[in-house]
Amino acid sequence: MGADHHGPAKGLTRWLFTTNHKDIGSMYLWFSFAMFLLGGSFALVIRSELFQPGLQLVRPEFFNQMTTMHGLVMVFGAIMPAWVGLANWMVPLMIGAPDMALPRMNNWSFWILPFAFTMLSLTFFMDGGAPNFGWTFYAPLSTTYAPPSVTYFIFAVHLMGMSSIMGSINIIATIMNMRAPGMTYMKMPMFVWTWFITAFLLIAVMPVLAGAVTMMLFDIHFGTSFFSAAGGGDPVLFQHVFWFFGHPEVYIMILPAFGVVSEVLPTFSRKPLFGYSSMVYATASIAFLSFVVWAHHMYTVGMPIAGELFFMYATMLIAVPTGVKVFNWISTMFRGSMTFETPMLFAIAFIILFTIGGLSGVMLSLAPLDFQYQDTYFVVAHFHYVLVQGALFSIYCGVYYWLPKWTGHMYDETLAKTHFWMTFIGVNTAFFPMHFVGLAGMPRRIPDYSLQFADFNMLSSIGAFITGFSQLIFVVVLLKCIKGGKSATDQVWDGAQGLEWTVPSPAPYHTFTIPPQVR
Amino acid sequence: MLRAQHRRRLMAGAISMAALVLQPALALAEQVERSDTNMRVGATDVSHQVYDLHMFSLWICVAIGVIVFGVMFYSIFAHRKSRGAVAAHFHESTKLEIAWTIVPFVILIFMAVPATKTLTDMYDTRDAALDVQITGYQWKWKYSYPKEGVEYFSSLRTPRDEIDNLAPKGENYLLDVDEPLVIPAGKKVRFLVTAADVIHSWWMPDFAVKKDGIPGFINEAWANVPEPGIYRGQCTELCGKDHGFMPIVVRVLPEGEFNTWLASRKEEAVEERALMAQNFTMDQSMERGKGVYEKVCAACHQPNGEGIPGAFPALKGSAIAMGPMEGHIDIIVNGKAGTAMAAFGAQLSEVDLAAVIVYERNAWGNNVGDMLQPIDVANFKKGK
Repeated sequence: MGADHHGPAKGLTRWLFTTNHKDIGSMYLWFSFAMFLLGGSFALVIRSELFQPGLQLVRPEFFNQMTTMHGLVMVFGAIMPAWVGLANWMVPLMIGAPDMALPRMNNWSFWILPFAFTMLSLTFFMDGGAPNFGWTFYAPLSTTYAPPSVTYFIFAVHLMGMSSIMGSINIIATIMNMRAPGMTYMKMPMFVWTWFITAFLLIAVMPVLAGAVTMMLFDIHFGTSFFSAAGGGDPVLFQHVFWFFGHPEVYIMILPAFGVVSEVLPTFSRKPLFGYSSMVYATASIAFLSFVVWAHHMYTVGMPIAGELFFMYATMLIAVPTGVKVFNWISTMFRGSMTFETPMLFAIAFIILFTIGGLSGVMLSLAPLDFQYQDTYFVVAHFHYVLVQGALFSIYCGVYYWLPKWTGHMYDETLAKTHFWMTFIGVNTAFFPMHFVGLAGMPRRIPDYSLQFADFNMLSSIGAFITGFSQLIFVVVLLKCIKGGKSATDQVWDGAQGLEWTVPSPAPYHTFTIPPQVR
Repeated sequence: MLRAQHRRRLMAGAISMAALVLQPALALAEQVERSDTNMRVGATDVSHQVYDLHMFSLWICVAIGVIVFGVMFYSIFAHRKSRGAVAAHFHESTKLEIAWTIVPFVILIFMAVPATKTLTDMYDTRDAALDVQITGYQWKWKYSYPKEGVEYFSSLRTPRDEIDNLAPKGENYLLDVDEPLVIPAGKKVRFLVTAADVIHSWWMPDFAVKKDGIPGFINEAWANVPEPGIYRGQCTELCGKDHGFMPIVVRVLPEGEFNTWLASRKEEAVEERALMAQNFTMDQSMERGKGVYEKVCAACHQPNGEGIPGAFPALKGSAIAMGPMEGHIDIIVNGKAGTAMAAFGAQLSEVDLAAVIVYERNAWGNNVGDMLQPIDVANFKKGK
């Protein structure tokens, strides 16, 4: 390849000063996994307290800190950095670029994150404790009534936002400028397409989140009243601004998942992706619609009926492009020649469980029904189906798919399948019963519940523990695969197509220093 | 869906029979058809519409799921390499793709039409026979009947020991209040929902009513409950520490009984106002003040007056509780801007305000020893 003129630096400085997309991608992925374990341990505290009715382990004020930090760490610390990590590793390899377009900024956008999350985690040790107002931090609970740590939370959110915006600018610049000769937009792999669209979403909405927290900061410290009716402001304004960020945010977490699944299914079905161009258009439509549906999170705030109806119809429309994607995936599998390695298992589980989450989303979109679902465990079930069985499963799917390319070794298939099945059983035992308790009337974010919800809560907790401890299997698979194992071929999977499979396994430190020609 | 409707009618029939038999017994039946796995059918016409729409959309989703996953599982079974399947090469079909864009769209229209109708009904708050104002507080509800001059607080009745697992949990664990909201059966009641501190949400599943109480704004909802009974719900917007401990109970009375109840509450309100002129002794004030403190103040400042460090300041030995009377009255009546300390001047009567201030100044070793009468508090408020 003529790429071996210099390798990685030695020691700690390699990681501190690296501008290499593979190093930075790996750091993002390790960081996100660490945050996943941290956020998961918060979830286990929540599920332990909810194992039985009554207060056993924690007090309500600490319980609220757990739900808040679980949400924040999982969304901003685990899922989003994992996607940026995968983009860093794979986008240059998939478009035939030697590195990211802005390598120094790439280093900076990663290294902001450990500091942001260290600061956020240290709020546990402050007087009044960590943020306790839910990851949606509705004012005035998060302003007038918040613990002093809210200021550090605001700065942490600003840092995460800066990191995401820089990461996105980098991804857009890379995709627009560094594609190999011959790779037109409509020849780009789906993962690249979905990330391209996601990056635009991020640039559009992260500043809105920054605006929301800045207004909070001013309300708390500088005497403004953006969110206080007593001073002429409006607490509902906070929710509008937050969800204008928050709804696109959930697509930020799920669009790259669509990309991964669209890469993996054709490989293991040994058949090209069905309806490539309609997949691209569907992704773009979903991204567009995500900007005009935010108030479906706010059906109960007392909007005028015209507003309710607009947001209801707009939300229902999302089902159309999402349906197109699911049908296209199934048509990709149809009359293929399928094998079921671990990435394929995660991809198939993704389609089934994400679709369940999507269907409960259609039910939630209906405003009169939402009055019964809003802020109950039905919603908790819904968004965990799309974010755990959806986003997390597809991250695992991508990691197993590309792991042999990264390490040069095949992972232990038996152990990996055990990891898959344990996780599959765990998450469904944890989250499926939440539909039932939610419909039966259990509100979310409560540390204790009435007796009729006891059985299903116990079941959910058991599922959560199975899920949590099964992730240790993944640690073993990962370490074994890094240390050794059967050597991977360049193509790794016999059905795999694309530029990333033309470079050696493990991928050398520098790849595509001479651009490949795409026909 | 048909079966559900049939069952619902049977249940409704059984409930009205039971109501006939029990009348005029004071003990009202629990009007819950609680399912452990599904949405409640509820007690009102609107809640029945919502339930039917819920089941309708659920079955549509199940049908879509069965078809989509059916094709997928067939494919997983039939088109596997281990069975010798050879991959086809097709990768697009404009006709198919148009079809599966249009068909879901049509299905959505079938769901949107009844949803629009139900929503329109829910938003029609005209011509209510009675207005009830509901105000959320950390962590209790205030119910007031503005035209009648009656108002009172409603807070959790479940004993602390049951929550802390020191006593066996009762049947309505966490779903029981000291004073439920009372409304008449068979009348359209309009709920005016708001909040005094943070955002709360008033949810009564049996009426399919959930409205956020937002400080500074008033939201409207309504219910017309045909059957007398007791209905239970909970706050559904995270509102701080005791969000899980502010249930909602509504007692629906036959119209005659409701009117009697309202008349007696009006009388009590008049008697309460008469207490204003009375001079309380230290013991009387301490006793009343303790009751008020435990109901209103203890959630934050704790029963022992020690507060929660970093979150809620201690009153035991505090500069305000042991300082000049004027400052103490001011913080209780007007609250402290920018903090969780609410202005209790409008929440509590002068009698209760005076009593709780005396209590705070003389409990837990805060032996200030001075007295405060309701009339002093009234004068303080006028002086403002």
